[in-house]
Amino acid sequence: MIWIVGALIFWAAMWVLNVQLSNGPRTRITTLAVPFIFGVTLLVLWEGIVRGLQISPILLPPPSAIAVRFANSLPILWVDFVQTFVKGALSGYIIGCGAAFLTAIAVDRSPFLQRGLLPVGNFVAALPIVGMAPILVMWFGFDWQSKAAVVVVMVFFPMLVNTVEGLRAADHMQRDLMRTYGARYWQGLAKLRLPAAMPFIFNGLKICSTLALIGAIVAEFFGSPIKGMGFRISTEVGRLALDMVWAEITVAALAGSAFYGAVALIEKAVTFWHPSQRG
Amino acid sequence: MRSFAPVLTVVGAIFVIWYFAAVALNSAWAYDKAKRADVSLSFTEMIADTMAQKKPLLPAPHQVAGEIYKTTVQKKITSKRSLIWHGWITLSATLLGFAMGTGLGILLAVGIVYSRAMDMSVMPWVITSQTIPILAVAPMIIVVLNAVGVSGLLPKAIISMYLSFFPVVVGMVKGLRAPDAMQMDQMRTWNTSKAETFWKLRLPSSMPYLFPSLKIAMAASLVGAIVGELPTGAVAGLGARLLAGSYYGQTIQIWSALISAAILAAILVALIGVLQNITLRRMGMLR
Repeated sequence: MIWIVGALIFWAAMWVLNVQLSNGPRTRITTLAVPFIFGVTLLVLWEGIVRGLQISPILLPPPSAIAVRFANSLPILWVDFVQTFVKGALSGYIIGCGAAFLTAIAVDRSPFLQRGLLPVGNFVAALPIVGMAPILVMWFGFDWQSKAAVVVVMVFFPMLVNTVEGLRAADHMQRDLMRTYGARYWQGLAKLRLPAAMPFIFNGLKICSTLALIGAIVAEFFGSPIKGMGFRISTEVGRLALDMVWAEITVAALAGSAFYGAVALIEKAVTFWHPSQRG
Repeated sequence: MRSFAPVLTVVGAIFVIWYFAAVALNSAWAYDKAKRADVSLSFTEMIADTMAQKKPLLPAPHQVAGEIYKTTVQKKITSKRSLIWHGWITLSATLLGFAMGTGLGILLAVGIVYSRAMDMSVMPWVITSQTIPILAVAPMIIVVLNAVGVSGLLPKAIISMYLSFFPVVVGMVKGLRAPDAMQMDQMRTWNTSKAETFWKLRLPSSMPYLFPSLKIAMAASLVGAIVGELPTGAVAGLGARLLAGSYYGQTIQIWSALISAAILAAILVALIGVLQNITLRRMGMLR
C-alpha cells in the first residue's frame, strides 16, 4: 500500500513541478527537463504499482528488475544488437533507401511514369508489407540476409514516394531561372531540384528508420539463427523470462531513438535553410 | 482521370514482372521434377509447369486469384477455410483498435492543445513511443494479456490502438492549432467561452487535418491486427493464415492472405476517403 501511495504522491508532486516549469519562461533547460521529469514519473509510477499490487514478475517486471537484467546480460544484448540492427536493419535500410532514391531519379525524366508510380507507391506504402516476411525468409534463408530483404521491401515504397514528391518541390519560377542560365538536366538536378527535395527525402528517411527496425525484428519470428533481438524476444517469452524481453525492448527503443535522432541531426545540417529548421 | 493511363501502365508492368519472376524462380523446381521423371522439358512445357505448381516459390497472379476466389466465393462464410471468415476476425480487431486509437489520439491532442504542461511533457514521449518497435513486441503483449485472462479481440485491438493513435495525435494537434490569430481574436470579441471556441472554431477547422491522419491510422491499425494474430497459436485471422502458410510451405495461401489484406486495407482507406469528401463538402471546405 505504501508503494502505491508513495508513487501517487510522487506523481502529483512532479505534475505540479512540471506545470510550474512549463508556465515559466521557456528556456533550453525547461524544454529538456519537463519531458525528462515526466518520463521519470512514469517509471516511478510503474515501479510503485507493480510492487504495491504485488504483480507477478512473470506478467510485468518492475523497471528496477529490468535494469538489473539489462546490466547483467550486456554481452548477449550486444550480440543480438549486432545481428539484428547492424547486419539486418542497417544494411537493409541502406540498400532499400538507396534503391528507392535511384529509382526515383530514374523515373524523374518521365512525368508519365511518375503520375503512375505515385498513387501505386502510396497504395503499397499503406499495405501490411510485414506480411511478406515469411516469404522472404523462405527465399533468402534464416540468416541476416532475409532480414535485410524484408527491410528493403518495407522501406522501398515510402522512400520512393517521398523522393518523387520531393523532386517536384522546386517551383516553376526556380526551374525557369535554371533554364535561363542554360543549365543542363543534370545541373538543374544537382544544383536546384535535389537540394529542394531534401526536406521530403529526410521525411522519408525518418519514417523508414523506425520501419527498418520493426522489419528486422519481425522477420526473425519466422526463422533465425540462435541470436538476434526478435529471436530472443520470442524464445524468452516462451520461457516467461519477461525481464529479459523488456531488456531487449529497451535496447530496441534506445536503438530506434538513436537512429531516428541521428537522421534528424543530419537533416538539421543538410536542410538548415528550410523554415521548419530555422525555428 | 488524367492519371488513369499511367497508373494502369505501372500496374500492368508489375504484373508482367511478377509473371517473369514466377517463371524464373519456379523453373528450377520444374527442371528438377522433370529430371527425376526422366523426361526433358521443352521451353513451353517448362513455362506451363511454373504456372501451375502446387507449392511454387512464387505463385503466379492467376493462381493467387484462383485461390482467393476458391476461399471466398466457393466456401461457406462460416467455414474455417473461408478467407471472408478470417478477414472478418482481422477486420473486427482492426476496427476496434482504430476506434480506441482515434479516441485516445483526439483526447491527447485536446489535452496537448489546451495544457502547456501536457504539451511540453507528453508530446516528446508520444514521438518517442513510436520509435519503439511495438510490432516486434506484439507477441509478448498478446501472451501476457492472455495470461491475465484478456484474450480474443482486445489484445490485438490494443496493438492496433498503439499504432494508430500517433498519426491522429500529430494531425489533430496541427489541426486544432490551425485557426489563425485573426479568427481567435474574432472569437474573443464575441466573448465566447473556451468550450464554444472549441466546438465552433477549433474542431471544425481541424477536419481537413483529421482525415488524412485517419487514413494512415487505419492502415497502421490493420498491420497491428495482422501482426497481433501471429503468436496466438495461429487460430484465426489473416495473420494466422500467413503463419500457417509459412509453416507448411503453402505459398499460394500466404500470397492469398497477403493480397486479401491489401484489398481490405484499400477498401478501408477508400471508405475514409469517401467520408472525408462528404464531410468536407458539407462543411464547404471542398470546392
